[in-house]
Amino acid sequence: MRRPKIFYGQLFFTLVVCAFLIVPAILSALAGVTENFFVGLKSGFTFRWIIEVWELYSETIYLSLLIAVFCLIINLFIGVPAAYSLARIGGRTARIVEEMIVLPVAIPGLAIALALIIMYGGFRDFRISWSFILVGHVLYTLPFMVRSVLAVLTSTNFKILEEGAASLGAPFWHRFIYVVLPNAKPGILAGSLMVITLSVGEFNLTWMLHTPMTKTLPVGLADSYASMRLEVASAYTLVFFVMIVPLLIAMQLLAKSQRQPKKLIQDEDAH
Amino acid sequence: MIRREYPRYFLLILPAALIFTTFFFVPMTRLAVVGATGDEGAASYLSIIQTPRHFESMVATVLLSIGVTAFALVISTIAGLFLVRNRFRGSETLVSLLTFPLAFPGVVIGFMIILLAGRQGLIGGISNYLIGYKVVLAYSMWGLFLGYLYFSIPRVILTIMASAEKLDPALEEAARSLGASSWEVIVDVILPALKPGLIASGAICFATSMGAFGTAFTLATNIDVLPMTIYTEFTLNANIAGAASLSIILGIITWVALLLARSLSGSTVAASG
Repeated sequence: MRRPKIFYGQLFFTLVVCAFLIVPAILSALAGVTENFFVGLKSGFTFRWIIEVWELYSETIYLSLLIAVFCLIINLFIGVPAAYSLARIGGRTARIVEEMIVLPVAIPGLAIALALIIMYGGFRDFRISWSFILVGHVLYTLPFMVRSVLAVLTSTNFKILEEGAASLGAPFWHRFIYVVLPNAKPGILAGSLMVITLSVGEFNLTWMLHTPMTKTLPVGLADSYASMRLEVASAYTLVFFVMIVPLLIAMQLLAKSQRQPKKLIQDEDAH
Repeated sequence: MIRREYPRYFLLILPAALIFTTFFFVPMTRLAVVGATGDEGAASYLSIIQTPRHFESMVATVLLSIGVTAFALVISTIAGLFLVRNRFRGSETLVSLLTFPLAFPGVVIGFMIILLAGRQGLIGGISNYLIGYKVVLAYSMWGLFLGYLYFSIPRVILTIMASAEKLDPALEEAARSLGASSWEVIVDVILPALKPGLIASGAICFATSMGAFGTAFTLATNIDVLPMTIYTEFTLNANIAGAASLSIILGIITWVALLLARSLSGSTVAASG
């Protein structure tokens, strides 16, 4: 097939945009494993900087993972039931509640962090522990879990299925565990990936909430950008990419598989 | 038919509600009150107009955010439309690459701009080779502009591609068969159809740019965007009331922008910048 000239023009434009986004990431990855970035690649390949990052900053990586896991657990226990309730209640009430839950995403993290510090900064033990950061992360990620689960639930026929189970005498908790949760699974999975990714990368809140003893990965990154040589900062960024890219790919694959939903029964109850 | 069991739904939503009240609504209310406890009381909310430093930072942030939004919309519409219209080998990969920086925190994006346009950056290296002079953009308004563009493009492209996929190609064919030129098709058929998506993603882009902290923090420019001003007031000047009132104003601006986006499109993908 012959392509018109404008096709190549647009292709070139799109490639330039793509290069703008990707070239710095590649540069960063290369700088992290290059002996001397100013001399260039010919100065040789090395793991020196990665090892140095590990020695200096491994604790920030552990703390970030710890906070992300706890954040996910809390999200599962409070976010999924909340999403189910909202899907059940429906209508204007549910929309208003959803609107309120989304507020922490709409308001800059800096403002929320400031509010938390002014309100709870006086509780010293709480202030200096990592649970102070966790609180911020839960506020910031909960909207994503709730909306993800809510979107899947409202697009499925869980109400009919739940009624079927109820008519067969299943008590509420059975219905919730064996009917609602399996139906909400794609939403829970997508929401969980989102929660982990956002928590591991969160900076705006965390920078205000952290203490010298509770540094997370992005806080460490900011620290290395300000005070370390370019190669160390790049190696650290590379470590971050290695953690975050698999999560991103998993999210894209999940989104793709959900684009062809296999529905057994269409939801007629909703209309 | 299961009756609507409101007490049960209430119980299930209670943990989330309690956490939100304790750690969000109450502290935010307190923040709003603290914002009114400065030397001038409630009038300290006017400092954004009356204190020149605050006013300048506000104007700079709004102008920067509008500029970034405009550029992000134009760039993403061209690239997004192209990718929706044309399927070719590698087009899926291009989409993945374009949306890849979605989960980068603002600090990392700042570092990307340093590598691209900083003192030892790529642009500087190329310009040094070509014209014997290092072009350094990263630490000026241009650096912020590039950084904000960097985190905006992936988000805007996703929204625009989603609305472009819903476009009916028959409309365009009809316009063409009636003699419309390519330009007329774009202006009279495609852009009006994309309008809700454009407004929604523009609002998201504007709100994210207004509240972006990490990128500005890493680039450490001497241009004070509003989040940096708030940060400086709080940490260096210990002006807690001032920081609180500016935060509330900033929060209201971004919230209203995103409310507009949601009312037009039904979903927002805002994240930290």
